[in-house]
Amino acid sequence: MLAATGLTLAGCAGAGAVSSGGDTEQIVVAIVSNPQMQDAIALQEQFRAEHPGIDVQFVSLPENEARAKITASVATGGGEFDVVMISNYETAMWAQNGWLENLQPYADATEGYHPEDFVPSVREALSYEGDLYSVPFYGESSFLAYRQDMFTEQGLQMPEHPTWDQVADLAAELHDPEQDFAGICLRGLAGWGENMAPMSTVINTYGGQWFDEHWDATLDSPQVRSAVTDYVNLVRDYGEPGAATAGFGECLTMFTQGQAAMWYDATSMVSSVEDPSSSTVAGDVGYAPAPVMETEAAGWLYSWALAIPATSEHQDAAWEFISWMTHPDYMHLVGEEIGWARVPPGSRLSTYDIPEYAEVAGAYEEEMLRAMEHASQEVTMTEPVPYRGIQFVAIPEFQDLGTRVGQQMSAAIAGQVTVEEALAQSQRYAETVAASYQAQQEEQP
Amino acid sequence: MTTTTPAAPAARPGSSAPRSQPRPDRGAGPRSGLLTALTWVLAIGFFFPVLWMVLTAFKQENQAASDPPTWLFTPTLDQFRAVIEGGAGVYFANSLIATGLSTLLVIALGVPASYALAIRPVKKTSDVLFFFMSTKMLPVVAVIVPIYVIAGRLHVLDTVWTLVVLYTAMNLPIAVWMMRSFFQEIPGEVLEAASMDGAGLLRTLRSVLMPMVAPGLAATALICVIFAWNEFFFALNLTAARASTVPIFITSTMTSEGLFLARLSAASLLASLPVVVAGWVAQKQLVRGLSMGAIK
Repeated sequence: MLAATGLTLAGCAGAGAVSSGGDTEQIVVAIVSNPQMQDAIALQEQFRAEHPGIDVQFVSLPENEARAKITASVATGGGEFDVVMISNYETAMWAQNGWLENLQPYADATEGYHPEDFVPSVREALSYEGDLYSVPFYGESSFLAYRQDMFTEQGLQMPEHPTWDQVADLAAELHDPEQDFAGICLRGLAGWGENMAPMSTVINTYGGQWFDEHWDATLDSPQVRSAVTDYVNLVRDYGEPGAATAGFGECLTMFTQGQAAMWYDATSMVSSVEDPSSSTVAGDVGYAPAPVMETEAAGWLYSWALAIPATSEHQDAAWEFISWMTHPDYMHLVGEEIGWARVPPGSRLSTYDIPEYAEVAGAYEEEMLRAMEHASQEVTMTEPVPYRGIQFVAIPEFQDLGTRVGQQMSAAIAGQVTVEEALAQSQRYAETVAASYQAQQEEQP
Repeated sequence: MTTTTPAAPAARPGSSAPRSQPRPDRGAGPRSGLLTALTWVLAIGFFFPVLWMVLTAFKQENQAASDPPTWLFTPTLDQFRAVIEGGAGVYFANSLIATGLSTLLVIALGVPASYALAIRPVKKTSDVLFFFMSTKMLPVVAVIVPIYVIAGRLHVLDTVWTLVVLYTAMNLPIAVWMMRSFFQEIPGEVLEAASMDGAGLLRTLRSVLMPMVAPGLAATALICVIFAWNEFFFALNLTAARASTVPIFITSTMTSEGLFLARLSAASLLASLPVVVAGWVAQKQLVRGLSMGAIK
C-alpha cells in the first residue's frame, strides 16, 4: 500500500511539472488579504495581457496567518513562493540573513520604475546597507481621525498638533456612554501588531522606549509608566466598550458605524472610513497628526512590501510581477479600473501629484503624506535607540515579546492587573529578551 | 422533537381516555412545560449562530457590521458571487480530493485492522489499540515543523497528495477504534454459521459482516469526512497556491483592514453545505450507526 501511495505521489508530481512547464512560467505570490491586495488580484487580467508568459498564482491570507506562513517558508527555505509580501519589520533582518534577493539592481534597471520616487522614510525602512530588499506596495503611518461634524456641532476645535492631554479632554467632552458613543477608540487587543503599535508610539512621544542604547530594557522608566497610565486611563474612561479585545477591525467597525468621536490608528483606515458603501461617516471625518507629548511627531511607520526569497527559481518573472504591482502606472490602473480612492497610498510621492487622486483624497492626503514623511526615529523619539523600528523593535524575538507585553497591557485595560503590575511583568520579559538577543549577537562573528 | 410527542396520540382515534390521564412517568404539568421551554431555549441558543451566519451571508458588508444588528434587509447574492468569482472552485476541488481519497484509504485500511482487532484478537491487542490512540496524543503543532521540513525535502509541499496521506494518518486511529466496537457487536454465532456454510474470510467479510456493520461504517466514514473537510492546520502550513483547501479559502476572505463579515459568512455557508448534505443523506444509517455501540 505504501509503495502504491509513493508511486501515485511521484506520478502526480511529474504530471504537475509537465502541465506547468511549456511556454508559461508559473510564479506563486503570497500576500496579505487586505483590500488593496484584493484589488491587485482582481486586476490580474491586465498583468496577464501584458505578460502572457507568466502565470501568477496567489496565496492570500490574513495578516497573522500570512506572516507565520511566509516566515516559516522563507526561514526554512521551503521555496513555495517566488514573491512574498513582508513589511519593514522583516526586510532588513531577512536581508541580513541572506534570505532575500537584492532588488536594487532590478529597480535601477527597470525603465520608468523610479525607485527614487518611493517615500523616503519608507525607502529607508526597506533598505539594507543602502539597497532595497523589498519594494513598497503601500505605506502607512498613524494619525488621529475625528468626527468633524460632531466637533462643529458641539463647538469644539481639534488643535493643529494635538497633545495627548488635549485629546483626553476632548474625549471626556464627547464621551456619551448612554448613547453607546465612545469619546475615542484605541486598540486594546493584545498583539505586537495590535495594541502595542499605537501604545509604542505613545511611549515614544512621552520620552520612553523599549530598550536604551545599551540594550537595557526600560519598560519600568517613569516615562513609560506615565505613557501607559495615560493610555490605559483614556481608553478605560472614555474609550470603546470591550476595549481590551478591540483591535483595528473592531475600532474600524465602531468608527465607521458612527459610534466613536475619535480614533487614533493607521492612516490606511481612510480607504474604509471614506468609502460610503461601508462607512456611515464618510465625508464627515477630519484628520490630525498623531498626538504628541515630548516629541515633534509621533506617527509610526509601516509598509507592506514585496520581496523575492533567495530560494525562488523564477526571479526574473517574480520581478516582472513585483514591478508591475509597485509601478507608478499601477496607481493609474487602479484609479481608472477600480476607483481613485482605492489607490494604494503612502508608497510613492508621485501618487500625491495625480490630480484625480487629489480630488478624492483631499480630506486626508496632505495629513497622510506629512505623517509618512515625519515617521522616523529622529522626530518621534527623544533618545537614540539601538534598534530599527518606531512601533516595533526589529529583532526576531520581538513578535513574541511584543505580544506578551501586549497581553499585560490588555489585562491592564480590562482592569485585571494594575499598570504597575503589568509593567513590572513586561520589564521582566524585556530583560530576558535583551539578554538572549545580546548573547546571540556576541556569538555571531 | 419534544413538541411532536403530545400530538402523536391524537392520531389514534378512541385513545382520548388515556390521554386525559397522563402516565406518571411522563412528568406532565408545569415541570414538563418548563423542560420543553428549556429545550427550546437551548436548541435556539445552539442554532442561533448558524442562523445568524446564514442571514449575514445575504447582507451587504455595512449591514453585517452594523450595531444594533440589521434584522430587515434586502437579501443579496453579491457575497456569494464574490466568493465564487474569488476562485472558490479550486479550493473545493482540492478539499473534495483530499477528503474523498483519505476517507476511502481510511476505510480500506481500517476495516481489516479493526476486524482483526475485534474478531481475531492477537496477543497484545490492547497495546496495539493504545498505540493507535497514542498517535493522537502529540499536539499537531509539535510535529508541524518536522513534517514541513520533510515535505520540503521531498518536494511535496503544496500538493494535495500530501494532505491525502496526512488526513489518512490523522483519521485512521479514530476509525479503527470506532469500527472495532461495531465489529465486536457481531455475535460469534453468526461467524460460526458462516464458516459452517463454507464461507471463507473474504466471503464472510463481504456478504456477512459488511451488511451488519454498514451503518457503523457510514458513521465512521462521515466522521472522517468531517474531520478532513474541516482540517485547517496542516492545510495552512503545507499548502500554498495549488493545493489549498476550503478552510484556507474561508480564512482568505478575512482581512485585518476593512469589513469582511458578510463575505466570510457566505464562504462559510458554502463550505458547510457539502458536509451538511452528506450528513443528511447518510442520516438514517448514521443514527443507527452512532447508537449501535450504545447498548452492550
